[in-house]
Formats: sequence, structure tokens, C-alpha cells
Amino acid sequence: MRKMAERMAAYRKRPGSLVLFLLTVFSAFLVCLTLLLIVGYILVKGLPNLKLSLFAWEYTSENVSMLPAIINTITTTLIALGAAVPVGVCAAVYLVEYAKRGSRLVALIRITAETLSGIPSIVYGLFGFLVFFVTFRWGYSLLGGALTLAIMILPLVMRTTEEALLSVPDSYREGSFGLGAGKLYTIFKVVLPSAIPGILAGVILGVGRIVGETAALLYTAGSVAGVPSNWLGSGRTLAVHMYNLLSEGLYTNQSYATALVLLVLVAGINALSSLVAKKLTKR
Amino acid sequence: MQTAKKSKIKETLAKTGFFIAACASIAAVAIICLFLFANGIPAMGEIGVFKFLLGTSWKPLNNSFGIFPMILGSIYVTAGAILIGVPAGVLCAVFMARFCPQKLYRVLKPAIDLLAGIPSIVYGFFGLMVVVPLMQDIFGGSGKSMLTASLLLGIMILPTIIGVTETALRAVPENYYEGALALGATHEQSVFFVLLPAAKSGIMAGVVLGIGRAIGEAMAVSIVAGNQAIMPRGLLKGVRTLTTNIVLEMGYAADLHRDALIATAVVLFVFILLINLLFNLLKGRDKS
Amino acid sequence: MNKFSVTDLTLKYGDFKALKNVSLNIAANEITSFIGPSGCGKSTFLKTLNRMNDLVEGCTITGQVLLDGKDIYNDMDVNTLRKTVGMVFQKPNPFPMSIYDNVAFGPRAHGIRSKSQLDEIVETSLKQAAIWDELKNRLKKSALGLSGGQQQRLCIARALAVQPDVLLMDEPTSALDPISTLKIEELALTLKKDYTIIIVTHNMQQATRISDKTAFFLMGEIIEHGPTEELFAMPKDQRTEDYITGRFG
Repeated sequence: MRKMAERMAAYRKRPGSLVLFLLTVFSAFLVCLTLLLIVGYILVKGLPNLKLSLFAWEYTSENVSMLPAIINTITTTLIALGAAVPVGVCAAVYLVEYAKRGSRLVALIRITAETLSGIPSIVYGLFGFLVFFVTFRWGYSLLGGALTLAIMILPLVMRTTEEALLSVPDSYREGSFGLGAGKLYTIFKVVLPSAIPGILAGVILGVGRIVGETAALLYTAGSVAGVPSNWLGSGRTLAVHMYNLLSEGLYTNQSYATALVLLVLVAGINALSSLVAKKLTKR
Repeated sequence: MQTAKKSKIKETLAKTGFFIAACASIAAVAIICLFLFANGIPAMGEIGVFKFLLGTSWKPLNNSFGIFPMILGSIYVTAGAILIGVPAGVLCAVFMARFCPQKLYRVLKPAIDLLAGIPSIVYGFFGLMVVVPLMQDIFGGSGKSMLTASLLLGIMILPTIIGVTETALRAVPENYYEGALALGATHEQSVFFVLLPAAKSGIMAGVVLGIGRAIGEAMAVSIVAGNQAIMPRGLLKGVRTLTTNIVLEMGYAADLHRDALIATAVVLFVFILLINLLFNLLKGRDKS
Repeated sequence: MNKFSVTDLTLKYGDFKALKNVSLNIAANEITSFIGPSGCGKSTFLKTLNRMNDLVEGCTITGQVLLDGKDIYNDMDVNTLRKTVGMVFQKPNPFPMSIYDNVAFGPRAHGIRSKSQLDEIVETSLKQAAIWDELKNRLKKSALGLSGGQQQRLCIARALAVQPDVLLMDEPTSALDPISTLKIEELALTLKKDYTIIIVTHNMQQATRISDKTAFFLMGEIIEHGPTEELFAMPKDQRTEDYITGRFG
């Protein structure tokens, strides 16, 4: 309480400081208010519109079920992770465990990875379109969309894995080498297992990106509303489904429900990621 | 000896495998450049580089492909987003790094993460349902405008700005702050006139990152910006950006029209490369 | 019989000479201790004996190190070398896995898969490290839950599990309390009948308590080497005397 009084006295002497303080509080309040507004609005409008029929097996123009889109989202995520995670993890292993510090090649790898993470998703979409639709003649396909997303999340997987590997103490490596274990054995039995929570947190973050992505999929996976019979068929993910509902402009209530599901899904995925990451720091 | 040799071969193979994976990002950037440039550059040549970049009329039906309105649109909308997002973001980061009680921080931090995680299509939806009608009520017109897009983008880049600024502020050595206090400055003065300037290049890097986000955002903008392919006429009028130009027309474009859209992506890509370069320069300066 | 025979060993980190023309013979089934002020090269020298310095970037080595007459830098596979010459580190570094898996790590790395064989190795190694009775009921528990002294003895057991000839110990007790230190010292004394032990230590009492031979290092060179009692009672070199009487270091 005395501290408070002291501060008040200081503010009386220097009112500018009080203004600055209030400004920061106001800004933080504004940011929180915005978040509450967005989340609250979607919750309030979405919950009443969340009907079981929206999770029917079939999408029809009478019932714009989001279940096919959810299935497509899962398929796309799995393919994209299947492509990006092994490559990204192996790349990070090379950077941390093998590469010599200060080598030109490593610098180039870092610059290109950073470039990849800065490319707008619509440019990825266009690139995927040119490669998979035009050059490979796949047309719109889940596989093409998923591979496009795989390139998009590659730098994320690389960076988080790298950080996770760097946080593994060198004494573990020394211990293993000191027992005569080879490098490969050390990497797979000691280093990678210790880094798993960090890698996992990064991968889950990647899942969040995939689930929320629209622009990169619009012209790669296309926007057919059903579940394709195979990976070379077109199918829309949940986020693309949402975009289509909006641009058709006929399904406002269903859009609320879809937005709610999308928001909860992505927020849940991100929360899971930070939970896993926290487990890492606790250890 | 036999097993030693075998394991040596295995080690070499593995190292090669890891190396190839590490080169994936180089290959990806190379292939992306190749495909974009191979399709976009000839189109620019065909249209005429100046006519394409500085042409003020985009009428695919008349074979007139000038993207200057979209370049300006992207710049204006991004500038608006920065004007809105940076002050709020930096101040909020200052609050989080230096004013916020621990308990509040534990709520605030996940909230900012949540803001970062909201998909852009959901932002667009919120913009369409809440911000657009609000703008209609206040300013009249359609409500879809440069201002609406800037406002929405300003919100979307908040987490980026806040995150980078907070990290930069926390990286400033504690003795700077203590030194200022020892001279009789208040907590606020120390933070604003010593810490903030010391974290300047880190904050600038955050701003540049925010610019990258804003200029590359497509979905949310396409929903609330109005998308008229004409020279921007004012804050409350509709505007089209480079990204939305691609989103809107790629679905049905063919021939030169399609290639002109790819050339639009090339321009966007070059913008992003420049922004990345700037970001790295700023980051490099922070280290030295 | 000499276990190690080192001639003219020079080691450089970049341009910095950490070891200068070091020559030394180390007898089998004895404890040899390396003493000297920090940065004198004693740990670096220890690490050249199982090539742990290979992991350091920019490290170059000239000279010869023979283990049982074999040149370890040219005629030996590095993993076989490290299996023969085990190492215990300054800070206990158990892996983040169970006690059992820690001890079984080495044998598994060298291709032993049979469960019964591994069980046996784990039990013998823990017994040799005099920690079996304390741990036998919690083999499946994480090694990270052990006390510092227990962790270090576990690390010794882990090193013994690959059946080495030599045990290198790099200041193994510097992170431990006096009681744990004594336990490790006793352990070293019982192990020497089966193993050659080389220990780096900051603690001169420790050197006199346990070692048969002592080598004094200063600025990358061996100043003096001989039976421990002699070296401490009648040092031949003035610098050795200065160090052991506590005038510097």
C-alpha cells in the first residue's frame, strides 16, 4: 500500500510518467478487448448454429456439412506432415550435429529457410498450381495441396527441431561417444529422444498452420465439397470450406458454426503445442 | 575390423542423407523461383515491363494488364496496418515486459498466442460480419474499404509486433534500466527513454516482419477490401492488393491473363525478398 | 608393462598450443593421477587418450599415442578405442532414461541384444560400481532422480558395462560432496586390480590418497612424472614444489 502511495506521489511530480503508464495499460486492454470481441463474437454466434446435421457424412447444397472438409483436413495434414517432418528433422540434424559452424552452405540453408518462411501463402498456392496442376497434370488434388503445404511448413519444422536439438546438453553426446557408440547411434538413441518434446511442439504448430490455411490450397487442392476417392482428387479442407461458404454468401448461419469449429480446432492445437513445449522446459 | 568398416559405410550414408535433407530448403527456393520466374517474366516481357508495373488499368478482357493500382493498394493497406498495429503492439509489449504483474502475464501471453493462431479466414469472416457493418454505419458506403482492410490487418499483425518487441525489450541488459533509475528517472521514464531506444533495432525488425505479414495476407483482405481494380481513391473507398488480385482471378484466368497473375506473384515475391533482406540487416545490426 | 605409451604429442586448438611435445608412459593396473593448475592441459591430454578431442572443431594432433602397442590415431577404429578406453566425466551425465537403460546403453550400442545377457551385464556392472544394493529395486526408474554421487557411480557402472581396459576419470568428484567423493575413491582403489585408471584431479590430497603415479602438468607440458609418494615428498623440479606447496595454482 505504501508503495502505491509512493508511486502516486512520483506521478504527481511527473505527470508525463502517469500518461505513459496509462498508455501501455490502455493498449494492452485494447488488444485483449479485440481478442475477446473476436472470440466472443464467434462463440456467441457459432454455438447456437452448431447442429449435429452439420457433421453429416454427405455434403449437399441443402445441408452444407463440414464433415467431408474435416476428413480432407486430416488427410491433407497427414500427407503434409509425412513429407515435411522427416525432411525437416533430418535437415535440422544435419545443421546441428554435422555441419561445420560458419560454413557457406549452412549460411545458404539458413537464408533459404528464412526466405521460405516469409513467402506469402498465396504465392505458395500459385507455385503449387504451376507444379502440380499444370506441370504434373494432376488437376486440383489433395496430394498437390498437401505437398504445397509441406514446403510451407518445412522451415517451421526445421527451426523448431534445430532449437530442440541445440537444447540437448552436450554432456549426453559426450557420454554416448565416450562409451564407443557411433554418431548415428548417438543421434537416434540419445539426442533425438531427448529432443522429442521440442520437435513435437514444432510439428503441432505446423498442424495449426495447415488447418488454418486457405490461400495456398485454393488453387492446389481446389474446392470440391466431398471426400475424394483418392489423393489425386480435389477436396476442400475446413478453412477452404469456410471461404466457399462466405463467397457463396448463402449460408451465414452455417458459416458461424464452421468458424467456431475452425477457431476451436486451431486454438486447441496451438494450446497443445505450448503445453508440450512447457513439458520440455520443465525437464 | 569388418564391422568397423560396415559401420563406417552406414555413418557416411546417413550423413549424406541428412545433408540431402538439409539442402531441401535451397532446392525449394530454387524451384519456386524457377517456376514463378519462368512463367512470370515472359508475361512481363509480352505486356511490357513498364506497362505492367506502372500501368494504371487492369482490364483482362481488353488485354490491359497494369498492376500499379494493386502495388499502390498493397502499400497503402500495409502502411495503414502498420500505423494501427505498431503503436498498439509496441505499447502492449512494453506493458507485458515491464508493467504487467506476473499473474496477469500468465493470462496475457496465451491470449496473444491465441490471437496469432486465429486463421486468416476467420479474421476475414469477423471483418465481414462485424467491422464492415460498423464502417457502413459510421461512414456510409459499402463498408468494404482501405480503412477496413488496414484495421483488420493491423489486428492480424499485432501478435508479431508484440512478440518481437517483447523479446527485444527483454534482451536489453538490466543495468541500462537500473542506471536510469539511479539517475532519478521514474520507472516509466527508464522504460520509455532508455529501454525502448536500446531495443530499437529489434523493434524495427518486428515492424519489418509485420510488413511482410501484412503485404502477404490474402484471404482476410480479399473479403473486406472491396477489391476494385482501379487506382485507390481514398481511405473509405475499395481497394485491391497484389495478393487479392491473384486470389480473385486465378480461378478462371487463362493464357496471358494467367501469366500476368503469375507475374503479379513475382512482384509480390520480390517485395518479400526485399523485406527479408531488410529484416536480416536489422537483425544483424542488433548483434553487433 | 605399459598400457599407454605417448611420444611427442602436440595438440593445437586453431593456433593455440594446448599440449607441447608431451611424452609419457602409463603402466597397467595402476592409478595415475594428473595434477596441475586449471588450463594446464591435463584434461585435454586425458581426452586425447580416447580421442574425445575429435569432437572439438579446429583441433589438430601430432605425435603418437600407443595403446598396447597399437597407434590409436591410425591403426584403430575410434569406437573400438572408446570401448576399450572408457570415460567418466566431470559432471555426472546420466542419459534421460532408466537406470537399466543407462547401463545397458553401451552394450546395446555394440550390438548386444539378448535380454538375459544384458541383465547380467547390468547387474555385474552395478555391483562393480558398488551401487547395486542401492539401485536393484529401482532399475526401471529414471536415472535423473538419483543423487549426484549415485549418478556418478552409475556413470562409472555405465562405463564398466562395455568391459573397457582403461578408465579415464576427468575430475570425477569435483561436483560431489565429501562422502560421495570418498565412495568414488574407494571404488577406484578396488577397480584398479582389473583396470588401468587415469584420473585428473584438482585435489592433491585425492592424488596422494589413491594414485600410484602422478604427473604434474604446467602450461601444456609435463613438468614431472613419477611415483606419487616421491613426487609429493621430494619433487625434483622447483615448479612442482611451488605448486604442491600451494604457492600458485
